[in-house]
This record gives sequence, structure tokens and C-alpha cells, in this order.
Amino acid sequence: MATHTLTTPSRRRATGHARRQRVGWLFITPFLVIFAAFLIFPLIYAFGMSLFSSTLATGTKFVGAANYLKAFTDPLFLGGLGRVALYAVVMIPAQLLVALVAALVLDTLGTWLAKASRLLIFAPYAIPVVIGALMWSFLYSPRFGPAGTIFGLFGLDAPDFLASSAIFGSLVNIVTWQWSGYYMIVIYAALRSIDPSIYEAARVDGASGLQIATRIKVPMIASSMVMVITFALIGTLQFFTEPTVLRSIASGALPAEYTPNMYAYALAFSYSQFNYASTIAFSLAIVVFIGSFGFLFLTRKQNGLK
Amino acid sequence: MKNKVFAGLGIVAVAAAALTGCSSASGSAAASCTNEILKPDATQVSVWAWYPSFEQVVDLFNQNHDDVQICWTNAGQGNDEYTKFSTSIESGSGAPDVIMLESEVLSSFSIRNALVDLSAYGAADVKGNYTDGAWKDVSSGDAVYAIPVDGGPMGMLYRQDILDTYGIAAPTTWAEFADAAQKLKDAGAPGVLANFPPNGRAFTQALFAQAGSKPFTYDSAAPTDIGIDVNDQGSKDVLEYWQKLTSKGLVATDEAFTADYNTKLVDGTYAIYVAAAWGPGYLQGLEGTDDSATWRAAPIPQWDPAKPVQVNWGGSTFAVTSQAKDKAAAATVAKEVFGTEEAWKIGIEKAALFPLWKPILDSDYFRELESPFFGGQQINKEVFLPAAAGYSGFTFSPFQNYAYDQLQQQVTAVTVDGSKDASAALDDLQSSLEQYATEQGFTIK
Repeated sequence: MATHTLTTPSRRRATGHARRQRVGWLFITPFLVIFAAFLIFPLIYAFGMSLFSSTLATGTKFVGAANYLKAFTDPLFLGGLGRVALYAVVMIPAQLLVALVAALVLDTLGTWLAKASRLLIFAPYAIPVVIGALMWSFLYSPRFGPAGTIFGLFGLDAPDFLASSAIFGSLVNIVTWQWSGYYMIVIYAALRSIDPSIYEAARVDGASGLQIATRIKVPMIASSMVMVITFALIGTLQFFTEPTVLRSIASGALPAEYTPNMYAYALAFSYSQFNYASTIAFSLAIVVFIGSFGFLFLTRKQNGLK
Repeated sequence: MKNKVFAGLGIVAVAAAALTGCSSASGSAAASCTNEILKPDATQVSVWAWYPSFEQVVDLFNQNHDDVQICWTNAGQGNDEYTKFSTSIESGSGAPDVIMLESEVLSSFSIRNALVDLSAYGAADVKGNYTDGAWKDVSSGDAVYAIPVDGGPMGMLYRQDILDTYGIAAPTTWAEFADAAQKLKDAGAPGVLANFPPNGRAFTQALFAQAGSKPFTYDSAAPTDIGIDVNDQGSKDVLEYWQKLTSKGLVATDEAFTADYNTKLVDGTYAIYVAAAWGPGYLQGLEGTDDSATWRAAPIPQWDPAKPVQVNWGGSTFAVTSQAKDKAAAATVAKEVFGTEEAWKIGIEKAALFPLWKPILDSDYFRELESPFFGGQQINKEVFLPAAAGYSGFTFSPFQNYAYDQLQQQVTAVTVDGSKDASAALDDLQSSLEQYATEQGFTIK
């Protein structure tokens, strides 16, 4: 560093601070360039597109907010929203329950079996989502899957997992299998950070294992659980990959507009309505925004955010 | 201190240059061809096509032409390719010069001004080489938007061995078809007579057309007018016929082109495959074909044997896109790539295509062709040539993808869920298509 003699302390501190700021910005610039090019500009462009309307017969014209009004009164979009809301109500508690119970059990037992189980439960998360969904599509297939053989052992007919009545449960199963491990690791890490002397104190006071788990551990990891639920909520509202992959074998049970994200995709790439697809995408973003911020507001005491 | 700032700037500059280097290497579309360019100085025309064994046809063209060379890539099959094409139209760049399009989607792209009218580029010169029906499919009024390549006249492929086992004769009318299905079931056969897929799309449309359905009236000369008539009595009768068969479990309702469906086609679960002329090629390409199976071809069953109606399922064309840099060269490619006997010998023998090019269509070579898959039967002479000769063209809508998705939903409701009857389903289809057309700015005639 250059030698500064007899300068006042505050000026030296200010110079050093400004310099650090400049160097900091310099290092961020490559990332900022890519971030702006691939995220900010496309978002602005897509928002601009969503304000226009382009029909097959008459071409493009500016309509402004009328597109958004159309989106929020579109029965297909609202139906898709209702469906993902239902998925959220069923899938998030299911994933959370599996993750919580697994984390609590693994935290209590310290054996090598527990360590191995941790890896096994986490393993599905390491499988890419599309591969996992493809795998399950074969497992569900009446011809290629094991359901026929397994149910046949009990003398029963295998249910059709891909029929309209069963597709909801089938999709819940795939997502729970894939994501519970990830949430379990998050909760487990939070559990590991609790001081074990609290448990000893509780045992001295006469608490049983179950009471320790429910009265001490769960409240102390509340902020992690809120984070898990927020991620799960955002992910579920944007549900896309699994229904799309399953659609190739069950397109009767899964119409093109099954979830809002699938609807936006079909509008853009099957029906060539790019402007309305942008509108649907932004409308979904608005709903996700409201949903996640609303949830964080409701849990402001537990979520640990200021 | 200054050195550190310069070092930081230097790192940023190098990183930026390296990244732009990454993108520009893959940026030039013309540089990457699947085939080899034989004359690098000639004009290059990029082509997207998914025909099997197409590379040999491309090589043949490149050998015989000095001024134009084809640069071919397989950009996906069917909807996969159409999605890429649609996106490149929207963005204004990235489309090939010549593209393979099924005739059912031509109006969907011509309405977006993505296809060049070939009447200005000598389309009339080759008109005489194609049947009237085929030419009608690629024209709209006076404009010609593509050159026909192959067609899909429909026939009936059946497993002779299965039908013989149960003493069933190959049906010639739909009434006999229903009786055969019932007889097969009564005899306790493990499979069914045939499959009626909810996602049949053009297949279902062809079956309706056989009963006289003319679902769409559209002419690109008046692009905002459209006529929609999908709930005519013919279509309702056909859908009701199939609903009776599916409700009694006499035919399956499996989705077409899935792994399950492919397996059932070749292992004898379906005794009959109502197919287009490209059906045999499709069957031969599937794995697990039973060696003991004996396949035969017969004409498609008729409603009224005194007045037979022939129909078409699929078939493709080559169109020139409006993003082509050298439209004349692109038009030459579209007209000539499948315009020689040699090219068609490859197309027929290796790719199992059904030509619409009359010089080979009318030739003895094609008529007398014995198909080893069908035990040496002359399937063209007996089945597909008569079917093609009776074909008079068909009009599709400019939103055919949407129309097919809606049709699939309605057919699923009728045959899979059993929640509607055929008449109500087609009435619902009519109203949903009318609503969509109005939303898209069309005037319904």
C-alpha cells in the first residue's frame, strides 16, 4: 500500500473505503453483466410483450392491462391455479412430515445405520427432476411397471396410476419422493445446531423422548421449517416438470393447461400466442409473490427474519 | 494500488472476451451440417427434415448440383420441430431456408407470413408431377406454399395369424369390423381387435372425413375468414360407433406413440392396425416384432361398400421459409430434392415413404413392389395406390394444434371417462373452436 504520511485519519479511512467499494464493483461486474443480460433484460422484454396482444388473424396491438384482466378471468388459468393450490395444501405437509420425522429420528439415533439412511433418503434429490419423473412414468406404466406383479401377488388388480382419478396421488408421490430428502437435510442441519445440554436439562426435568422432540426441538427449528415451507410453496405454485414429463404417456389425464406454468408453455410453443403466454407467466409470478410474502408475513414471529 | 485496479480490469476484460468467444462459436447456423458439403463455393441452403435415411438423398442432391448445396439437420420430429420453427418465426431469425412440414400445419405457418409463395419461383413447372389431391393440400387459392413429398393414404394392416386362430375374416366394412371385434372378445382372446387412441389427432380426423366431414373452410386469400363445422352428423356417427366399441371393451383406448402403444402394436395385443402408408415403415422400426407374426394389408373398411371413400393420414411437404436468404435457390432445393427417381428409390426402400411424385407413383416398379414385411404382398397395388388415387385433398385450420388438443379432450371425455356422449362432445368442440377463432380475430362464416 502506498505510504500516506500525516494525512488525517478520517480521510485515510474514507479513501480506503471508496477504493474497496470500487474494487468490489469491479469483481461483481462480470456477474452483473450476465445477470442483466439473461435475467433483467428478458424480464423487461417479456413484460413489454405481455402488454401487447397478438391474434392469429389480425396481428399485434397494444392493449396494456387488458391482457392481465383476461388472464385473471381466464377459466383455464384459474383452474390451473386452483389445482396447484390443492397440490400445495397436500404436498407441502406431506413433504414436511416425512422430512421432519426422518430428521428427528436420525438426530436422536447416532448409529451408522442412521448415517446410511440419511444418504439414502437424500439420494433422490441428487437425481435430475426429469430423470426421476421419467423413471416414475415407467414404474407407473401398466405394462412396464411392477404394479401388476406386486398387486397380482395379493390377487388384486393393479390400479391405473395414470388415470384422471389417480394422477393427483401419483404426482404427489413423485414430488414427495424427490424433495423430502432435501428438506430433511435442511431440518437436520438446524437440529444439529441446537445445544445438546438443553436436552439433558429436559431429561432431568422428566421429559420423554417424544416430548423433547415436539416441545423443544420443533419450536427451536421453526425458522428452518418456515424456510422449507416457503421454498416448497414457491416450487409447488410453479409446478411444471413432472406433469409435463408424465404428459407424454398420460395426455388424457393431464391436459396442456394442467398447471399455470404448463399453460404458459403450451400457449407459447403449441399455439404460438407468445404475448398472452408472457401475461400468464407474469400473472403466475404475481400470485407466487403474494403467496410467499403473505406466508412470510403470517409467520413473522417464527421465521427469524427482521 | 493502480496496478491492482488495472489487474482487476484486465481480468474482467479477459473474462468478457472469453465468454463472447464461447457464444460466437455456436452462433453461425450455416456452419453446422449433419451431411458433408461437397462443393464449398456453391450457395448453401439449410434444410430441416426428419425423414429416415434422408442423408443419402441429400448426398445424392449435392453430387448432382454444382450451384446449390444442401446443409441438412434433423431438428426434431413433428411438434418438436414446429416448436423450434415457431420460436424462430417470432424472434425473426434462426429458421432454416427449407423446412419439412406436414400438410396439416401449412396454414398455421402461412398465416404468420412465415412461408414463401412458390408460384413466383416456378411451382407451376412441377405441378403436373403431383396428383390433384396432393397439390390442393399445398395450395391456398392461387398461392402455393410447399412442394408435396409423401402422403399417407390409409389402409388396414392386420395380423393374419391372429385372425386365422379365431376364424375371423378380415373386415371390409365397419359393420363387419364391429362384429369381428365382438367375435374376438367372445372367443376369449387376450388382446383386442384394434386401438382407438384419444390423441389420434389426424387419424381421428381422417376417420371423420371418411364419413363426409369437412371440418374447416379456409383460404389464405381471405385470411381472416374461417368456416368451422366439426359437429356434423357424419363425425357424430363415427364417434358414436367407436364409443360403442370402447364402452364394451372391444377396442382399446391407449394413447398413440407411447412406449406402451408401440409394444402392443408388435406383440399382437392389437390384431388390426388401421394405418397410413407409412405405417409399415413405422412397424418395422419398432423393437420386439414377433418373428412368427404374419402381417397383411387390406383396404380400409368402408361405411357403404357401394360408395367407397378413401382418406389420408399425414404426409409431408417441403416449404421455403420467409427467412431464406436466397429464395430462388431454396425453391430449387424444395422442388428437386425429391424430384428424381434415384432419390425416390432411396425414399421408398430405405425410408418406407409413400411418394406423391407421379413419375414414380405411376411406375411399374412402385406398383409391383413386393413387401417382405408383408410376406411378399404387393401392398401398393392392392391397398395404397387405390387409396391415394381416390384422395381429393383436405383443408386444415390455421390453429390446428389447438383444434387437435380440444378434440383430444373431447374424445377422452367420451371414450376414456365415459362422461359425455358423442353428440354432446362434438357440439362442445364446435363451440370451443368457434370461441377460440373469435378471440383470435377470425370472422366465422
